[in-house]
Amino acid sequence: MSILTLFIIIPVLTIIGILFSKNHMQVKWVSVIGMSLQLISALALIFLYLAERRAGNMAEILFVQDNLWYESLNIHFYIGVDGVSVAMIGLTALVVFAGIFASWDIVDLPREFFTSLILLASGVFGFFISLDLFTMFLFYELAVIPMYLLIGIWGSGPRHYSAMKLTLMLMGGSAFILLGLLGIYFNSAPSGGPLTFDLIKISKEHIPIAAQNFLFPFLFVGFGVLGAMFPFHTWSPDGHASAPTAVSMLHAGVLMKLGGYGCYRVAVFLLPEGAHYWGWLFLILATIGVIYGAFGAIWQKDLKYINAYSSVSHCALVLFAILMFNQTAINGAIMQMISHGIMTALFFALIGMIYGRTHTRYINEMGGLMKVMPFLAVAYVIAGLASLGLPGFSGFVAEMTIFVGSFQHPDTFHRVCTIIAASSIVVTAVYVLRVVGVLLLGKIKNEAFETLPDAKWHDRMSVVALIAGITIIGSAPLWLSDMINGGLGPIVQKLLAAAPAIMP
Amino acid sequence: MLIMRHELLLVAIAVILLIVEIFLPNERKRLIIIPSLLLMAGVTIIGFLPGTTGELFGGMYRNTQLTILLKNILNIGVLIIFVQSVDWLKKDENKEKISEFYILMLSTLIGMNYMISSGDFLMFYLGLELATIPIAALAAWERYKEKSAEAGVKLIFTSALSSGILLYGLSMIYGTTGTLYFTDVAPLINGAPLQVLAFIFFFAGMAFKISLVPFHLWTADVYEGAPVNVTSFLSVISKAAAVFIFTIILYTVFAKIAVLWSQVLYVITILTITLGNLFALRQQNLKRFLAFSSIAQAGFILLGIIGQSQIGMTTVIYFALVYIFSNLAAFGVVGIIANRTGKENIDDYDGLYRTNPNLSLVMMLALFSLAGIPPLAGFFGKFFLFAAAAKQGYYILVLIALINTIVSLYYYLLVIKAMLLNNSDRPIAHFKSDGFTRLGLLMCVFGIVVVGFISAIYEMVLNLSFGLF
Repeated sequence: MSILTLFIIIPVLTIIGILFSKNHMQVKWVSVIGMSLQLISALALIFLYLAERRAGNMAEILFVQDNLWYESLNIHFYIGVDGVSVAMIGLTALVVFAGIFASWDIVDLPREFFTSLILLASGVFGFFISLDLFTMFLFYELAVIPMYLLIGIWGSGPRHYSAMKLTLMLMGGSAFILLGLLGIYFNSAPSGGPLTFDLIKISKEHIPIAAQNFLFPFLFVGFGVLGAMFPFHTWSPDGHASAPTAVSMLHAGVLMKLGGYGCYRVAVFLLPEGAHYWGWLFLILATIGVIYGAFGAIWQKDLKYINAYSSVSHCALVLFAILMFNQTAINGAIMQMISHGIMTALFFALIGMIYGRTHTRYINEMGGLMKVMPFLAVAYVIAGLASLGLPGFSGFVAEMTIFVGSFQHPDTFHRVCTIIAASSIVVTAVYVLRVVGVLLLGKIKNEAFETLPDAKWHDRMSVVALIAGITIIGSAPLWLSDMINGGLGPIVQKLLAAAPAIMP
Repeated sequence: MLIMRHELLLVAIAVILLIVEIFLPNERKRLIIIPSLLLMAGVTIIGFLPGTTGELFGGMYRNTQLTILLKNILNIGVLIIFVQSVDWLKKDENKEKISEFYILMLSTLIGMNYMISSGDFLMFYLGLELATIPIAALAAWERYKEKSAEAGVKLIFTSALSSGILLYGLSMIYGTTGTLYFTDVAPLINGAPLQVLAFIFFFAGMAFKISLVPFHLWTADVYEGAPVNVTSFLSVISKAAAVFIFTIILYTVFAKIAVLWSQVLYVITILTITLGNLFALRQQNLKRFLAFSSIAQAGFILLGIIGQSQIGMTTVIYFALVYIFSNLAAFGVVGIIANRTGKENIDDYDGLYRTNPNLSLVMMLALFSLAGIPPLAGFFGKFFLFAAAAKQGYYILVLIALINTIVSLYYYLLVIKAMLLNNSDRPIAHFKSDGFTRLGLLMCVFGIVVVGFISAIYEMVLNLSFGLF
């Protein structure tokens, strides 16, 4: 039994614990205990992984467990991790841990809320550890569907509309993914032998180019919907704005990363020729997304919408970097996923806490919060600075790597795209600083706000955990970067091998 | 005689119930409920014991491991319906008709069993008729209610029409081949124009029974007018049985013109799924809603049939099994609520979760399973159907079907939205459902949650589907 099984077992046990707990407080504490265990096992996994690598274990995938499930279709329960998935698991555990503390004030149906939240988390964990396309897809849908209930029941604003829109768009994406996966499955053994869903085995095969070109758009768009790829991002601002705090955190912090990870791990990894064939089109879309999201954020006055659009921009940058097809850029993409995941979770946590006190999210109605709630305000400034890429925080490391990697691309088209995308950093600075100025500094606009309390202990737990993540990665990024690099070898090789076949 | 075990046992309990009925005084008719359930449960269990296979009446009746499996699936479904309908049968106005309900249901089931086991078009036709006529009587259960009477009449007229069409087709088959035995007909099918015409008539007749578009028009009215438990029987058991024999005949008798019928199925599949979904979007009455959703689900089954070969047969059976559990759970909830409160509209379910959380959860699981959300059984069923069609290279068809699953997810979510998200000033008050309803729903939930994880079920169906060819 591999240590990875824990990431499925702990959530299941937690859910059972929640179902048997008697009251409100018990539900919360069971969730806290479960998700703390999850965080501890994630940290343990990181240490174990690094130790294995240091000991010289250079296997492509570590901690493998492989159980046959559907024999005739060759479906396995096959789990294992490389550097990239370890990093994603660490991110998920951290954000879920913070999310539980951020939803301490849920009063309506707490049992159902925490059950759905942890169900969602288990879907995400399962997705990151799966190496079998079937189980991967199963966990993917498992992660998406609780969102409907979470936003619909505990959300605010036009929650019914947002929940339905989000669910239908994401499930529409998953319909595309399913078609792509079936296509890969039936082309998974071009040289004979049994068909397989095994990701690693398929990556060693060479899927016929015609099939790759047909399937790639389905998979990339399917995962891209969840990765908020322009023009399929429209569910994201509405969904984030209507969702309760913890759900926004999980959603922007983790769930959207499923999209980027899927594009990287399934679409580009398994269909490298298809990726080269279609890359230009999606690169244009990603570049538009980067710029569009940044400008969208400038326009907004609602704190959640600002961060939702900023997420669109940052997530588009992930897809942008993946489509550059070189090691540095893809490394940057993974770093960006981690960095943005923690940072945006911090943003949404803070917004939720501020909203819980002021009962408004419009920046024009607030001001001078720095005097009233210094802890939250300082944390917000930290998140903002990380978001605009100040050195010392994770955002800088990620974006720097992405743009250095992208600019290595020799041809003009990619360089122009890089320059356009890089200009988004300036726009990001504008909206971040504007919010900080209006929201936190200046005069207190509403007298009622003068007596508002600062963060409580559970708020602090959540915020401190996330800030720790940002600063650790920002000040000591090398171990993370090396860990990710260790996992990138196979995909880069495949992309290089595919390039001459397509490029003139 | 052991070869006909399933049918004979069912005949036996039908006769026993008929005799007991005579000796029961009017005020004690309810006593018959428990023995009927026990007998049916017994028959279901006996059905799973290893049985003998073989042929009777010179090959008119064939029993193979596959048909035994199919009959067992139907038995389970009928048993669940029996358990679910106890609460409704106990009502005062139904008191005198309790044994009628059981006997009519059982005789339909006997008809279905003969139909599945048929090795000859004549036996097939006899079974089909026996499976249809008693159910029409059941549809007209509340004969003084206009809608129920209408349902009965509509059902009998449409089945008469479809049987006529079907028989016409069969007569053409006889005319061109000179025999009615499946094994003798199969090699003589050569795609001659008259045979194609015969196939079209046969197909149309079956399409009525499975309610495929454009032969679906009777479905919604009949489903709405009939009592809920009869509706669930019609939409689940009848449909499954018809699909089973339809698939068997397509794969064995018409195997030689597979190119032709897969083209026909291709078009009908798209029409059925799409129109069923589009109509379901507009429904307010839950019975009509489930009627149209079941039309769409039938379209998904065709996806498996089009997959041909052993895989196709397997996915069809597997999906039917999953569909039985999911749909019966949904109908079970609709039934108990209609029974206790008389409410059948989606609006009425507003805020149901706050008053009746358990029923809402069952309904949610059922609808998610019908929509194909993992890790519920419906997901596995749908996935295998899509895989079967994709295996034959029908990627466009799979894409259309996949897009349709999103449409279906939308309307299933509408019901879930009503139950969990909406608040209502006058929600359905809390009520305690009786033990039988709970047992029935529990069986369904067990099926929905567990079947997907046990790969052995799929493998077993797959192995038995070998026997077909």
